[in-house]
Amino acid sequence: MSDIYETNNSMKGTYLGEFEEVVLLAVAIRTGDAYGATIVLEIEQQMGRTVSLGSVHTALHRLQEKGLVKSEFGGATGERGGRSKRLYLATSLGRRSLEEIRQIRNQMWDTIPKIAWS
Amino acid sequence: MKQAKRDHPTPPAWATAILRMFCSAYLIDEFEDDLNQLFHERVRSVGIRRARWRYIEDVFSLLRPLLLRTKSSNSRNPSHIDMLRNYIKIAFRNLFKNSTYSAINIFGLSIGMTTAILVGLWVWDEISYNKYHGHYDRIPRVMQHQTYNGVTNTTIATPLPMRAALQNEHGSDFTYIVSSSWTRDYILAFGDKKLSRKGNCVEPDFPLMMSLKMLRGTAANFANPTSALLSESVAKALFGSEDPLNKIIRIDNKRHFKVVGVYEDLPYSTELREVTILLPWKFFLEEEPWVKRSETNWGNNSFLLLVQIAPNTDFAQINSKIRSIKARHAKEEARFDPQAFLHPMSKWHLYSEWENGLPVRGRIQYVWLFGLIGAFVLLLACINFMNLATARSQKRAKEVGVRKVVGSVRSQLIAQFFSESILIASIAAICALFLVQILLPFFNQIADKQIVFPWDSGKSWLLGLGFTVFTGLLAGSYPALYLSGFRPVKALRGTFQTGRFAALPRQALVVVQFTVSVTLVIGTVVVLRQIRHAKDRPVGFDRAGLVSVAINTTELQDHSRALLHELRQTGLALNAGKSSSPTSEVWSSDASFSWPGKDPDQLGDLGTVGVTHGYGQTVGWQLKQGRDFSNGFSTDNLGMVINESAARFMGLKNAVGTKIAWNNEQYTIIGVIGDVITGSPFMPIQPTVFMLKEDWASFIHIRLNPALGSRQALTRLESIFKRYNPGSPFEYRFASQEYALKFSTEERIGTLSTLFSSLAIFISCLGLLGLALYFAEQRQKEIGIRKVLGASVGTLWQMLSKDFLILVGIACLVAIPVAFTAMRHWLEQYTYRTDLSWWIFVVTILGALVVTILTVSVQAVKASLQNPVKILRDH
Repeated sequence: MSDIYETNNSMKGTYLGEFEEVVLLAVAIRTGDAYGATIVLEIEQQMGRTVSLGSVHTALHRLQEKGLVKSEFGGATGERGGRSKRLYLATSLGRRSLEEIRQIRNQMWDTIPKIAWS
Repeated sequence: MKQAKRDHPTPPAWATAILRMFCSAYLIDEFEDDLNQLFHERVRSVGIRRARWRYIEDVFSLLRPLLLRTKSSNSRNPSHIDMLRNYIKIAFRNLFKNSTYSAINIFGLSIGMTTAILVGLWVWDEISYNKYHGHYDRIPRVMQHQTYNGVTNTTIATPLPMRAALQNEHGSDFTYIVSSSWTRDYILAFGDKKLSRKGNCVEPDFPLMMSLKMLRGTAANFANPTSALLSESVAKALFGSEDPLNKIIRIDNKRHFKVVGVYEDLPYSTELREVTILLPWKFFLEEEPWVKRSETNWGNNSFLLLVQIAPNTDFAQINSKIRSIKARHAKEEARFDPQAFLHPMSKWHLYSEWENGLPVRGRIQYVWLFGLIGAFVLLLACINFMNLATARSQKRAKEVGVRKVVGSVRSQLIAQFFSESILIASIAAICALFLVQILLPFFNQIADKQIVFPWDSGKSWLLGLGFTVFTGLLAGSYPALYLSGFRPVKALRGTFQTGRFAALPRQALVVVQFTVSVTLVIGTVVVLRQIRHAKDRPVGFDRAGLVSVAINTTELQDHSRALLHELRQTGLALNAGKSSSPTSEVWSSDASFSWPGKDPDQLGDLGTVGVTHGYGQTVGWQLKQGRDFSNGFSTDNLGMVINESAARFMGLKNAVGTKIAWNNEQYTIIGVIGDVITGSPFMPIQPTVFMLKEDWASFIHIRLNPALGSRQALTRLESIFKRYNPGSPFEYRFASQEYALKFSTEERIGTLSTLFSSLAIFISCLGLLGLALYFAEQRQKEIGIRKVLGASVGTLWQMLSKDFLILVGIACLVAIPVAFTAMRHWLEQYTYRTDLSWWIFVVTILGALVVTILTVSVQAVKASLQNPVKILRDH
């Protein structure tokens, strides 16, 4: 399975795996409430497939290294006994790469000849 | 509750445990939160069994290297390092916030440390004396105890046949046996260059035994009786950059020697450091007829005997063997009960005094004394730190309370205060190192040392580090244990009470400080008084403008009469004469004098000095009875002038005219002079006789004409001496300089103890100043209110100073008996000694009280003068 896309010439060297893309999307969806558990739930809910917490954290870690997400300590909630927790946020760079991927895909969609579907 | 727990589904605990085991601490919280949330979510959606299963899967999915390895940039769980960083930050804030106290602390501590380091270097130098020699622990010198008139004397001088006896009877116990002459001046000449340097005549094994480092040539060639070894500095002075090897030098203007080797200068901290030339023993034997004659004479104790013991034996074994060697060989000497023993090199420097056959005192007492003082001065500085820290504890009580409430355990607080004190100690140590570097030259001068700070030795740095940490722990111990014990609730509520006895330890420490300081001051005053006392002792001759020149060549010996004549003729000298000993020494003695009424058991042991006509006038001795030697009486060749001690020793009331038998001749006492101080000015004066013996003369004494300036007189003196004694450089000594040297040891102690006791007082006062400063600040409000109610400045000053004065008073009371006992003990070693007058104690105590009042008053008065309105409004 080739799940590596080169996003753009201008971002040479920044690869986004398919799973990373999904996690990044989930972080964006859950903005303000994105952390390990919610991301897992989001992906499971949206994609209907099971993902492990470990793979999510690994992906988050890589995304953070690439500068596509950042993390900060969020406010305490009653749910967690008053402890503050680490929340992930998509950076503008992350947002741009998502958009670029989407644009490439659209572009590719658009270039599919009608004939292909017959 | 239990019911609810059972209904409440829980994830498998073992999986959580595994996670906790492997996961880094700061990630656990985050992961666990995630896992728990997912678990509960899944219990709801897919049931408990599946939820548990997924939980386990997730735990294992988290155990991947990437996640376990990662380090947090913003961790939430502080480690020890983080806490330490925090402690140091707080410590620095405290330092800057209370800059006065900090300055007092650091300044006091660094002075204490400087003292401790200097004393430590001094002690180290003292105990590592002579260690330059490779066989340091195997080399002793042979010494003897002998008993005369019921008194056992101990001497390093041995008879020459002892060497042969040791070789023949116990040869297998010794690796080397080496006889040596005493160290004396030799004139070295090479070409036009003439130098006077000290050296010994030694046997060929000496360089090997002493492990001299040969820089040029070999020690093996030294066996030749016309060879000489030079130390590096002498070779450089004589030959400059030329190669000294195989050069022929002339010694004492008569004999020639070939330089066969150059050895590295012996370091300053060796007993033999003055030995800069080595000449062959055989030369000594041939040159001096009396030495040759002594080879079979057990009665002439005139030689140094060094040995190196064989590997398979020890000092005690050999001591028991050689003990009675002299009595065995020389029956006539047995009545003195001579006992030979080995004195190891490791003890030469520190244990060198005997009394009645037992080792007493010696320099080791000063090593202990100064070591103790150094430790005390450091302790005083540490006490300052403790006192200021505990006094200010109230201010920090809140901090301790907050820390405890937030979750600090006691050990963390102890760690905090220790890291604070170690930080201060480190800053002080850095200051101390600078101070040591600056002060070391002065200290070397005062202490007569050539100590170099061992900057390049790792061991010394390690020691320094340990020392700093130790000081920090010592200084911080009390505050750390005391402050960390506060009850947080009380401390925070502000009802924190120090209690009636809380100040007690602090007061005790102040008392300790002043006890030590006052004791040191009393000790110093006594030492200085003792020196003064001995200096005020009548010397018995006139030192002003009196110059001595050693008769060091045969030419000078032969022409000395003409020289003396010329000196008097030209008016350069008022008087001039010759003698066999320096003016304030007696170099020889003889035990075979007898006089009418002498107890047959008494040994007629008198110091003997040979003089010429005019000697008495030259040195200006004071006649008490009879007359001086005179050219008018030819019978004076068998006349004697004795000193008062000798008259007392012989029990003669009217000494003049008494016949004395000596050397098979009858001498007549013609005069008695007042005692001249010879030997130590602290000791009784040796009974001495003076006889007309021109052939004994080894010194020329000249009373310079005071009408000439001394510079001019010396230049003229030099030209005359150069003419009569061309083979020697002109070297002279003023009698006053020679005499002053007798005080050098005591004066050195006086200077050092003055230094140390002033430091002790200074540090103690610094501590008082800090405390006074603090209390004045703390009681500001009280002072304000008292002033408003009408208290005068005087009353307030009294209120603030009284406590301190009481403490210092107690300290003085403790110090008196301590100082009295110690100083009486110290004075006992001197026969001629000052008394411990009561005024010394009174003056010292008054001094201590005055210094206290001055120190405290500055703060007290300042506090009392403040405007109460301002204080009361501000607070």
